[in-house]
Amino acid sequence: MTTHPEAAEAFAQDAERTAWHDQALWFVRAKRDQVTRAIPEWEALRTLASGIKAHTLSRLDEYLEQFERNALANGVVVHWAADADEHNRIVLGILRDRGATRLVKSKSMLTEECHLNPYLEAHGITVVDSDLGERIVQLGREAPSHIVMPAIHKRKAEVGALFAEHFGTSPDEDDPGRLADAARGPLRSALFGADAALTGVNFGVAETGGIVVCTNEGNADLGVHLAPIHIACMGIEKLVPRVADLGVFLRLLARSATGQPITAYSSHVVTPRAPGQLHFVIVDNGRSEHLGRPEFREALACIRCGACLNTCPVYRRSGGHSYGSTIPGPIGAILSPGVDLAKHASLPFASTLCGSCGDVCPVKIDIPQQLYRWRQMVGRAGLLPAKKRLTMTLLGGVFGSRAWYEWCGRMARVALRVVPGWLARRTAWGRERELPVAPKESFREWYQRSGRG
Amino acid sequence: MSVALFIPCYVDQLYPQVARATLAVLAARGVTVEYPLAQTCCGQPMANAGCEGDAHAAARRFVRTFAGYDTIVAPSGSCVHYVRHHFDALPQTSQVQHVRNATVELSEFLLTLPEGPPIDFPYRVGVHVGCHALRGLRQAVSSELGPTPGGALRTLLATLRGAEVVALDRPDECCGFGGTFAVDEPAISARMGSDRIADHRRHGAQVLVSGDMSCLMHLDGIVRRQGAPLPVMHIAQILNGERP
Ligand code: SF4
Repeated sequence: MTTHPEAAEAFAQDAERTAWHDQALWFVRAKRDQVTRAIPEWEALRTLASGIKAHTLSRLDEYLEQFERNALANGVVVHWAADADEHNRIVLGILRDRGATRLVKSKSMLTEECHLNPYLEAHGITVVDSDLGERIVQLGREAPSHIVMPAIHKRKAEVGALFAEHFGTSPDEDDPGRLADAARGPLRSALFGADAALTGVNFGVAETGGIVVCTNEGNADLGVHLAPIHIACMGIEKLVPRVADLGVFLRLLARSATGQPITAYSSHVVTPRAPGQLHFVIVDNGRSEHLGRPEFREALACIRCGACLNTCPVYRRSGGHSYGSTIPGPIGAILSPGVDLAKHASLPFASTLCGSCGDVCPVKIDIPQQLYRWRQMVGRAGLLPAKKRLTMTLLGGVFGSRAWYEWCGRMARVALRVVPGWLARRTAWGRERELPVAPKESFREWYQRSGRG
Repeated sequence: MSVALFIPCYVDQLYPQVARATLAVLAARGVTVEYPLAQTCCGQPMANAGCEGDAHAAARRFVRTFAGYDTIVAPSGSCVHYVRHHFDALPQTSQVQHVRNATVELSEFLLTLPEGPPIDFPYRVGVHVGCHALRGLRQAVSSELGPTPGGALRTLLATLRGAEVVALDRPDECCGFGGTFAVDEPAISARMGSDRIADHRRHGAQVLVSGDMSCLMHLDGIVRRQGAPLPVMHIAQILNGERP
């Protein structure tokens, strides 16, 4: 199993790609700063959003029932899925009932989490992701590396090569406009020929039983307006109580995500379009278990804006795939351990705890504090690398005793002075940096010698 | 007022000159400081590595050592942040609560004192506010929250004659140290550090200053490996009249 440090190092070996990835995301982060500063009440909005989410999560059962009641009254078919498996089976069942074999999807991280595409393809369904970035990673048989910009890890030339293979463009083509044009034709055909359209859900509104889907390309709208069946898949945490709450979240979402005042399309779907069908698949997949962990609960408030990814200095230099989970970056590092702590034990440590993610988060999730807490869980579960575990036990003992501390300090300084360069360069510190130059005398030795102590 | 000095373990052992400068600066402002020899470390290295249990002995020693003082001053935002925020893992006795409240970071403490003697420092200065001081202690406004950084470190630098603080492309980007992160993920850590240094050098910084020696230890290691001429200094050294 690849840990974050290993995968991150592999990504960063391409220094040029790392620089470009870092700058592309920093650019988005800077845009976000700019647009948020145009709103004097930005901090008040964040506080409000955080409060609404905390309230909703505290009564999630009631709001889910209200949402279902209203959706049913609107003529929506509502399905409940306990886990990814059930979700996939439900989606396949809906398609089979109507003999649908061609599905167009708009971007949905939930279906990524459930690995829906390979499942449907194995059952004879043709799946086309209609979001351009999503389409790029689909063609490359990869997972998205970012929750808002799925193909941000790919350079223009790489997209050009991929499109040459699939759409017959020139292999040297790397003009984004012309590449997008090349993708457009086949995508339109897929949209017009689809039997069903699947979308994610940005917000479910308990009060109306309706949902909101946000896209910049209009691909969700085009999909659901052309196909006779619309399947919307929603994690249980996506609810807000009232329509009025949307005003808070829509203002926060796009600004935090891409630095836009609002996404190009915020589409409200409430009733089925006659004679079509509208299905909501409401998915748990570990979320209620997470809800039951009071110390970690607030992570469920996430609205998937991706701002914490864009700002994270580690994510920017290690790429989304290094996290080995559907949701990468800081938010992934606190959600994934809740799903499988052993598999994701390195993620809470993939951070300097600089705190930028917490300051940028529109719903004020204290991500650094959550990372810190998950670290303790990893430690308690005995999942730390043996060497680190041992080092910390020894270090704890050293710092517990003054005499032991002074003796070890002296030894460490001697070691630092005599260590040969080649050996120093083989340590994790010295591989990349010069070791500190150790002084002969510690401060406390000087303090005592100078007669003060 | 009884004031005690807390010198983080690695400063004590590796950067005694910073500790001495801290002592001298405080003395120059008329503060009588004691350095209790029973101190070792606040416990942060173990806890950040996921071993809070192993940090307790150090933390309890910290409380025992400092409980009798009105104020505990440390030349390190990171350690102060740890004491203030993460000593919540200890049973909250009145001693623990007192120590948490009474521990302050050097630059912040200096701002509560009368100004010291004037100091000439004719250099272009690159400022690095450590992340724990910035977002943990809220010593300055982070760039996510506002456009004007300010903060204790910059206020102190503004009192120097001839010092010019350079503007950076990314005023508060993390340097990549992150305690055990520096050895857990050396490749990313060093990449962050060299990007940070490049930003300072691009803007003509002649010296890089911080209130956190840990960030500086990491950055200095990279500067020396690169052979890049960018000396690093702790703010206490500058206020003590030292030059790069
Ligand atoms: S944790 Fe916050 S910043 Fe990160 S994606 Fe979720 S809402 Fe956005």
